[in-house]
Amino acid sequence: MTTQQQINIAAPRSGDIDPKYIRQSASSSSNWEMFKWLFMRISGPILLVLIFTHLFTNLMLGDGVHGLNFGLVAGKWASPLWQIWDLVMLWLAMIHGTIGVATIIDDYTKKDRTRVAFKVALYLASITIVVLGTLVIFTFEPCMTDAAGNLLDNSPSFCFNQ
Amino acid sequence: MTTTLEPTNNTEEVGAVESFTVTMQVRRYQPEFHEEAYWDTWTIEMYGTDRVLDALHKIKWEIDGTLTFRRSCAHGICGSDAMRINGVNRLACKVLLKDLDLSKPVTVEPIKGLPVEKDMIVDMEPFFQSYREIMPFLIADESREPTRERLQSAEARERFDDTTKCILCAACTSSCPVFWTDGQYFGPAAIVNAHRFIFDDRDEGGDMRLEVLNDKEGVWRCRTTFNCTEACPRGIQVTKAIAEVKQAILARNI
Repeated sequence: MTTQQQINIAAPRSGDIDPKYIRQSASSSSNWEMFKWLFMRISGPILLVLIFTHLFTNLMLGDGVHGLNFGLVAGKWASPLWQIWDLVMLWLAMIHGTIGVATIIDDYTKKDRTRVAFKVALYLASITIVVLGTLVIFTFEPCMTDAAGNLLDNSPSFCFNQ
Repeated sequence: MTTTLEPTNNTEEVGAVESFTVTMQVRRYQPEFHEEAYWDTWTIEMYGTDRVLDALHKIKWEIDGTLTFRRSCAHGICGSDAMRINGVNRLACKVLLKDLDLSKPVTVEPIKGLPVEKDMIVDMEPFFQSYREIMPFLIADESREPTRERLQSAEARERFDDTTKCILCAACTSSCPVFWTDGQYFGPAAIVNAHRFIFDDRDEGGDMRLEVLNDKEGVWRCRTTFNCTEACPRGIQVTKAIAEVKQAILARNI
């Protein structure tokens, strides 16, 4: 007599499921994934408005591209409106982009180590840009002088009136 | 006088079905003989009424008996013979050869994203495991067990009518690029079957299913590429169903 081979059938609710078929990720009860998804949907349209208005004011209004220099940027950042505008644009774009690239990394990396390496690099780069960008927007000095103490030629007009 | 069916000489012209030669290019995987998968090509004579499944049958029955594929009903109901035909997921029993471009070989491959075991046969277990996890059965409060059948209005039935049509052929899940990446995503089929119960007003397990799908591998991995809707042999609006489940989770949590 041949020994009877035990046959395991993965039947619903039998609890007899080959471990290789069990989903890897432990189900988390947090809404993290939902908020990430929601953030992408909300920040997307806002970014469209922010970016295209930014491009229009910088490249089309006034002298257009020819008027684009240090003075224009310095002049814009003297106004709280543009400070906040650029700050919101920076944060939304960086978070939106980071989530997007993180998703791509998750999709295309096979080994856990590669995944972690890419993600660490991504998060470091994002944090550096956000921190530096925020710092520049708030500590920006529009009336820069050269070594001799004279205002730079391209300084915005209000610097010369002081 | 009795009428008998007598063979007449002109039946060939009356019932004539156009015939043509078809080149079938089939992705073979025979782990007993070859480590790697390879392509086999056959040129066969088929008829205008034949489907891709008939061509595979002709090869298996008359040319090469080792060709392996699943099929049960052969009429688009059982969902056994989903495969990649000319690069898109279809049921072999629902694709007529005459509707394909026969000037080029017709390519037949196993569905993607699931481990291939032999020729067209893939391990469907990961697919069914996702299906089990969304609890595809009626969950009702036992303390309020009815003494007669649970009645439902036509309007309430209409709400989830589309998703009742699923035959679990895996054409949608194995057409999803997110599923291809690591096979961990629940996949369109599991979400469609969750939708069928979440929006059933007789069912009371909706919250549990939404909780299951509000996961890293749940509905939020859907990127609305519409491959699933395009692949569904039953014409289910799969992507729409997934979006409705997303909305239900949002509405529940916010």
